[in-house]
Parts: sequence; C-alpha cells; structure tokens
Amino acid sequence: MPDIISKDGAITSDAWVVVPRPADGESLDIPDQPALIPADLWLAGKEHFEGRDDIGVWFDSHDEPELLEGLVNELKLIAVNFPKFSDGRGYSIGRLLRERFGYQNELRAIGDVLLDQLQFMKRCGFDSYALREDKDASKAARSLTFFSQGYQAATDTDVPLFRRRAS
Amino acid sequence: MYVYDEHDRQIAAERVAQFRDQTERALAGELSEDEFLPLRLQNGLYVQRLAPMLRICVPYGMLRSDQLRRLARITRDYDKGYAHFTTRQNVQLNWPALEDVPDILAELAEVEMHANQTSGNCIRNTTTDQFSGVQVDEVVDPRPYCEIIRQWSTFHPEFAFLPRKFKVAVNASEKTDRAAIQVHDIGLQMVRNDQGELGFRVHVGGGLGRTPMVGPVIRDFLPEFDLLTYLEAVLRVYNRYGRRDNKFKARIKILVKALTPEGFAEKVEAEWSHIKDSPTRLTRDAIERIQGYFTEPAYEALDNASELLATQRFENRRFDQWLSHNIDSHKKPGYAIVTLTMKETGTPPGDVSDTQLEQIAELADAYSFGEVRVTHQQNVVLADVRQDQLFELWQRIEPMGFATANLNTLTDVICCPGGDYCALANAKSIPVAESIQRRFDDMDFLYDLGEIDLNISGCMNACGHHHVGNIGVLGVDKKGEEFYQVSLGGSSHHDATIGKILGPSFAQDDMPEVIAKIIDVYVNNRKEEEPFLETYRRIGIEPFKERVYA
Repeated sequence: MPDIISKDGAITSDAWVVVPRPADGESLDIPDQPALIPADLWLAGKEHFEGRDDIGVWFDSHDEPELLEGLVNELKLIAVNFPKFSDGRGYSIGRLLRERFGYQNELRAIGDVLLDQLQFMKRCGFDSYALREDKDASKAARSLTFFSQGYQAATDTDVPLFRRRAS
Repeated sequence: MYVYDEHDRQIAAERVAQFRDQTERALAGELSEDEFLPLRLQNGLYVQRLAPMLRICVPYGMLRSDQLRRLARITRDYDKGYAHFTTRQNVQLNWPALEDVPDILAELAEVEMHANQTSGNCIRNTTTDQFSGVQVDEVVDPRPYCEIIRQWSTFHPEFAFLPRKFKVAVNASEKTDRAAIQVHDIGLQMVRNDQGELGFRVHVGGGLGRTPMVGPVIRDFLPEFDLLTYLEAVLRVYNRYGRRDNKFKARIKILVKALTPEGFAEKVEAEWSHIKDSPTRLTRDAIERIQGYFTEPAYEALDNASELLATQRFENRRFDQWLSHNIDSHKKPGYAIVTLTMKETGTPPGDVSDTQLEQIAELADAYSFGEVRVTHQQNVVLADVRQDQLFELWQRIEPMGFATANLNTLTDVICCPGGDYCALANAKSIPVAESIQRRFDDMDFLYDLGEIDLNISGCMNACGHHHVGNIGVLGVDKKGEEFYQVSLGGSSHHDATIGKILGPSFAQDDMPEVIAKIIDVYVNNRKEEEPFLETYRRIGIEPFKERVYA
C-alpha cells in the first residue's frame, strides 16, 4: 500500500484500492473494500452503485473528465492516474474537475506520483497523493511548500499575483 | 526595464532553494537520472558532450549593466571565462560543474536573473524584437506584454509537463518581424482594430525542427485584456490533446495540422468561452503597472546630428561603412540604435569573454542608459545612443571587435554551438561558419551583396534556424561522417517561408565553395539592387542546382 499524503503533508493511509481496467471481454472484479473503478465503467453501471460511498472512480491521463460532468459530486473520491510523472495531462483534468465541474470531495493523484510534482498537483486541485512507494514520504511536506505563492490563478487561488499587487 | 518587487524576489529565492534541494537529492541518489532530468532541464541545465551546459534566461533579451558584470564574474568563478549568446536571446555557460549550479543560480537571483524554463517541455522564454520601444513603426512597446507572459508562464502548475517545449514570440512592428513570430508555437502580432483598440493577431503551430511550418492565424484579433486567458486555453488544448507517443510529433504544430487550423481554433474558442471572464483576465491597472517599468529613459531634447555625422563619415571610410550597416534609426531625434556585432571571424558566433561582457556593461553605462538587448542573431544592441557620440563609441568598440560592419550580411551568420559542444548535434557548425566568413572577407563585396541571412544548424533541432535562412545549412550524419545539406529561399520575416533543399549534401571542406557558387548565380542573375531572396523567388532553385552540381 502506498502512503497517502494529504495536502498539508501529513502521512496517512486508507483502504481504497485502484481496480485496473479489465481486459476486453473480462468483467470488473470489485473487491470487498473501498474501490476506485474506471470512470466510464462506473457511469455505465451507475444504477448498480447507487447509494454506495465505498465506490469511487479513476481517470487515466487520456480520459475525458467531461464524461462525468454534472455527476462528480455523487462521488466521495475521484483519482487521476499519472502513468508517468512527465505526463502532464492529469493537471488539466484536476483543474477541470474542480473549476469547471465543481467537484467538492477528495481528489487523489495516483500512479507515478513523486515528490517534486506535489505542489503543482496541489495547485491544480488535488488534495491527496498516493506517493510512489520508493519515495520518502517524510519529505512530502517540504515538497508541498517549496513556494509560498505563485504568479497565476489556479484551483488553489482565484487571485493571480497581478490582482494581489493591485490591492 | 522590469524590476523585481518583493513577490518576484521571494519566488526567485524559493526557486534557488528548491533547486538546491533537488540537486542534493540527485547527487545523493534519491532521484534517478530520469526523475532529475526534467527538473534540471526546467532550470536550464543540460548534460552535454564535454560538461553540463547552463542556459540562463534573458527575458525578451533585456539586460542591465549590473547583470552583465555579474555574468562576467560567474564565467570567471565557475566557468572558463566566456559565455555564449544563443539564438533565443539567452546566455549559455558551457562548462559549469553540476554541484556549483545552485550557487550560480543564487548569484543570478541577486541581480534578478534566473534559468527558469530555458529548457524542458514547458513554456520557454518569450522573445521579441530587439528594437522594441525605440523603433519608429511599432504599434506599442511589446515588452510589457512579454513580461506579463513571463510571469504567467513561470511555474504554471498546469503546464509544467507539456508534450514538448513551447515557445512564444511577440512582434509589434508593422513593417518588420525581427522576432520571427510565424515560426513559433505561438506568434503574437500586436495590432489595433478598426475601433483603435489594442490586441493581438494570433498565430499557432509554426516551428522549425524536423517538420518546419509557418504558423497559421487562428484568431485575427484578440483584445489585449484577454491575452492570458486565451493563452491558457491554447495551452490547455495542447496539453490535453498534443501527441505524447512520439517526441518528433509532439509539437503543437502537429496537432494544429491534424485538427486543421480551423478545427484547432474551434477547440480553443470552446475552451476559452469557459475561462475568458475568469480572474486571469487582465485589467487595465495590471497592464499599466507593468508598462510603468518600461517608460522612456531620460532622453535629452536633441536634433539629428546629420551634419556632424556627414563630416565624420567623409573623413573616415570605415566609420562610414559601420554607420551604414550597424546603425538603425531611432524614434527620438538625435538618437540612434547601435548593434554591436559578436561575429568577428575566428570567434564562434555569439561567444563573448568575461572581459567583453564587462566592456559591454561599460559601454551600456556610458552610452545607453545602462541597458542592452541580446538579439536572436546573437548580437548585442545599445538601443539609445546619442548620434553625436557615435563616432566616439565606434572608436572605442573597433579594437574590442564589436564593430565588424557585417550586420545582416552573408558573414553575420546565425549559428548554433554544434558538434563542438552540443550532445544532440550531428555535425559541427562553428568551423563551417568560420570557413565561410574567411572565404568572404572582402567587405565591399559583402556590401554589394546586401542583406543575406545565412543560418547554420548542427542538427534537425534547428537551433541555428536553418529553415528560415535565405541560405540554410544543416549538419547531417552519414555513416559517421559529417555532411551538410543546403537549402535556399527561407525567410523569418513577415513573408515567412521555409527554405527548399538544394540537393545532396556536401563535405565540410566543400562548403565555402558551394556558398560561393550560390552567390555567383545570384550576382549573375540579380537585377540592380535586388536582394538575394527576391532573385531566388524570381528565378527559382534550378539555376542554383545546375551551377552547384555541375
């Protein structure tokens, strides 16, 4: 189990597991614990999961978050996969889920999640991070706070520096 | 020129601390090569053939004299006493030690400099016309907009891991395009609409490299206040849909081509409709605050020194030549724009020693309000020189080697560092530049030839912009041997064109002769004062082929 870092840098853990996309023709095998399933499969079987707060979804980096527009707050946890830390699509997905679709609950970065990208993720709306297991979780708090401010508006602030300077 | 406030200083200091931490973890083995790579690249640090190379950012080419002096000191203390002006208006050190880089960055931060995003798959340094703010025909000074883009793009959390590098250029002149905006990922041409409002014509998807392309217009008029929200929309579409499976197809130009410019524009407009009124929309106040840093220096009320200059020219032929070639007209009477050429034969184009950096700083203080501009042709501009001081300035710079009166001529070569330094290069580029400069050492003949852009790149990555040279030279590797492919007819100006390949490539030793034959065909076919490019466009490539491969 990877350590789960919260956005203030605290190290936690929980029982959520990521259920991989089943191969063609295979059915989804949901384990007996809180599970994150591919977003499109959740949508396809939505009635089936009605009222369950132990089912969340995950998006891969090439998935379109538009898929769940209007439904995001039915979910307690949404995760976005970074298949490789240098694949930056997940940052856009995070901002869209938060800023465009108004997602309020927990947003988790999963996959190739390293220390030096944590603050970017935080600024794009992620509030928990499944740190890759070989990385030193005790350094996460520092990585989340390298910068005390940014130039731009993003999910964390809607006041870009040029507006803060004006006030 | 822009001056940091407490916010910029804090962010710069935090950046140095962050990179120090990252370097320590890399040296301690806590970060793998692969993991450290994009982190160091986004700090301008390459690991090259002979040593690391550090690319230092010079935002839109502007430097103050104290920054030049600090650069000189850094090259002495941490390097071999010289630096290199690049074709992206930046400065490179060729020999720093990896473990020294955090200290170098700390020294740079003290004079409000950095190496942020000078490499890597992120938004790079925004470039513009080196004559911004002093030329006669510009719509408005583009530098405040470049600074606004610099701040917005610095550590942008959403766009730090794009499919590929991303370059933005801004031009504000109506007649010329010294920033070559149409061969950038985004090219912004400043314009006024029918109502007199200021804005941008937006080109997207231009570029050089393996698939050279002139960037199509995706929006005819973008109001100035919408600059950042629109850029954010373009970048978001690119970040989400640009190809990541093949690094050679990952630039935005490939996406624009795949979707068609119209299709791409539609996607951007759709994205933009959601964010155009977000707090990222610029305000009049925000633009004016940045413009306040780019006010005019304390010009004196002068008349043009025409008579004095005429006498001085008459008395000194070399001064006369220099004045004809290396000086441009200034918007203020009595002032002139001076380009110091860094292209003396025998020195790699763009290379400067620590002493020369200090000399340039002194010249800037004495003659040009303490500021200079670096050009993408790898020269240095003193933008505000009094005409009555031109002769004195010329006398000082002649012995320094900055007065080679070859600006924009055949020997004012644009050239990447090539195989002598760069790990990516297929072939050397500097010796080719030098052999051509030696072959054409008759200044009168060069002046007769007029303006010719000769651009040399040591590989497909096209740092020497060979595709848009009137004459372009590309180094290629053929079974371990270095060969050179020649193209003709390229242009980086308003009439941006990608050059056409002449034919099979040549050995290095043959290059001066090949160029000489090309020039020969031009001279025999030109009509009166017709520039090279026009002759080429009129007669086509065939006569050149026939002569060169005869």
